[in-house]
Amino acid sequence: MAKSPHLSRREFGAILTAFLGTVIGAVVGLPAIGYIISPALKTQSKEAWVPLGPLDNYPVGVPTLFTFTRTKVNGWEKTVNSYGVYVFRKEGGEIEAFSNLCTHLSCRVTWQAEAGEYICPCHDGHFDTQGEVTFGPPPRPLDKYEFKIEDGNLSILLREA
Amino acid sequence: MSTAQKVYTWLDERLGLTGIYNVVLDRKVPKVNWWFTLGSASLFLFVMQGVTGIFLTVYYVPSPDHAYDSIQYIMNGVSFGWLIRGIHHWGATLMVVVVSIHMLRTFYLAAYKYPREVTWLTGVVLFLATLSMGFTGYLLPWNQRAYWATTVGTEIPGTAPLIGPLVTRVLRGGADLSAVTLARFFSVHIWFLPAIIAATIGIHIYLVIRLGISSIPDKDD
Ligand code: HEM
Ligand code: FES
Repeated sequence: MAKSPHLSRREFGAILTAFLGTVIGAVVGLPAIGYIISPALKTQSKEAWVPLGPLDNYPVGVPTLFTFTRTKVNGWEKTVNSYGVYVFRKEGGEIEAFSNLCTHLSCRVTWQAEAGEYICPCHDGHFDTQGEVTFGPPPRPLDKYEFKIEDGNLSILLREA
Repeated sequence: MSTAQKVYTWLDERLGLTGIYNVVLDRKVPKVNWWFTLGSASLFLFVMQGVTGIFLTVYYVPSPDHAYDSIQYIMNGVSFGWLIRGIHHWGATLMVVVVSIHMLRTFYLAAYKYPREVTWLTGVVLFLATLSMGFTGYLLPWNQRAYWATTVGTEIPGTAPLIGPLVTRVLRGGADLSAVTLARFFSVHIWFLPAIIAATIGIHIYLVIRLGISSIPDKDD
């Protein structure tokens, strides 16, 4: 039989089925893919400016601890992390903001006024007012935060590892 | 012969695809009406619930600490989570309705009679399992409604004489609703019941194919 130039009933059916199949496949498939991959596409900002209050709160010459917590949200789970910052205002007006995490194994150091040093309770690491290691196992000086002062208020830049 | 046809012929020769098609789909049926589509509709809904349910388990956590929050996350945090949960939620209700009407139609049209008694009996298993899916799924959001509905629901068999209190304790996995209850309801909802339903659908549909569809009874029947 000579082939008619027109679309046969069967051919039309096949094309229509393929077309509708593709549409239905996309309507069902695309949301399914989005559903699976969407958590991977969401990124939490890794940087945040944390306000530490008026600079006047921090006495000159004495390292002063400021503590705060930040909540990290992963899906349905919230993790609260606590941070400690030693703000040190020097006589000359210079400022340093040290993390209170020991650079050895991350215990919390505390400022000991009598010793004039930060001392770590875990393995007796010592750091001077500049954060330099003076004694014990810590391999490097205390970490410093980047900071800014706006209208007399101090903020530090928190960077997530 | 086109390539597609060649591939099909090659496969058909080895797998007997045409045979399956003829037996399963190209069956002779008496003159029937739309009520006869409800079994297929039930099957479709079961598959749909299965697929959306599998997707929900990607984020749902069956623990009292996280169940509620994980569902909030599905609804607000995940793309199309509201859609997948919505389909599963409304599909559950629809499936109970459709399966029930399917049962009523086979009852009113006397389709359960010889030789289809076993089809009916497997249907009873399917009906009860479908209702149990609804009961176990209802607890999973672990919100107030779920918690108290299940408290009441597990209390009911407790009124039966002798074994009642034991049944309540077995359902709850202890004296009270707890993490144990949530975990076992989840397990029954996603493993035990779907396995039972899938296997029973297999027998049910084997029988439908083997015995053919009954015709609508007339005055002489
Ligand atoms: C998950 C639930 C179920 C599925 C997937 C299912 C599936 C099916 C299918 C596809 C048919 C073919 C005819 C038609 O669609 O009407 C059928 C027939 C039948 N079903 Fe079901 N069914 C289910 C539940 C039930 C229940 C709850 C009962 C009754 C207790 C039942 C009793 C029957 C009977 C007696 C037939 C034979 C009907 C005839 O030959 O005319 N089914 N079922
Ligand atoms: S952790 Fe601080 S000295 Fe070891």
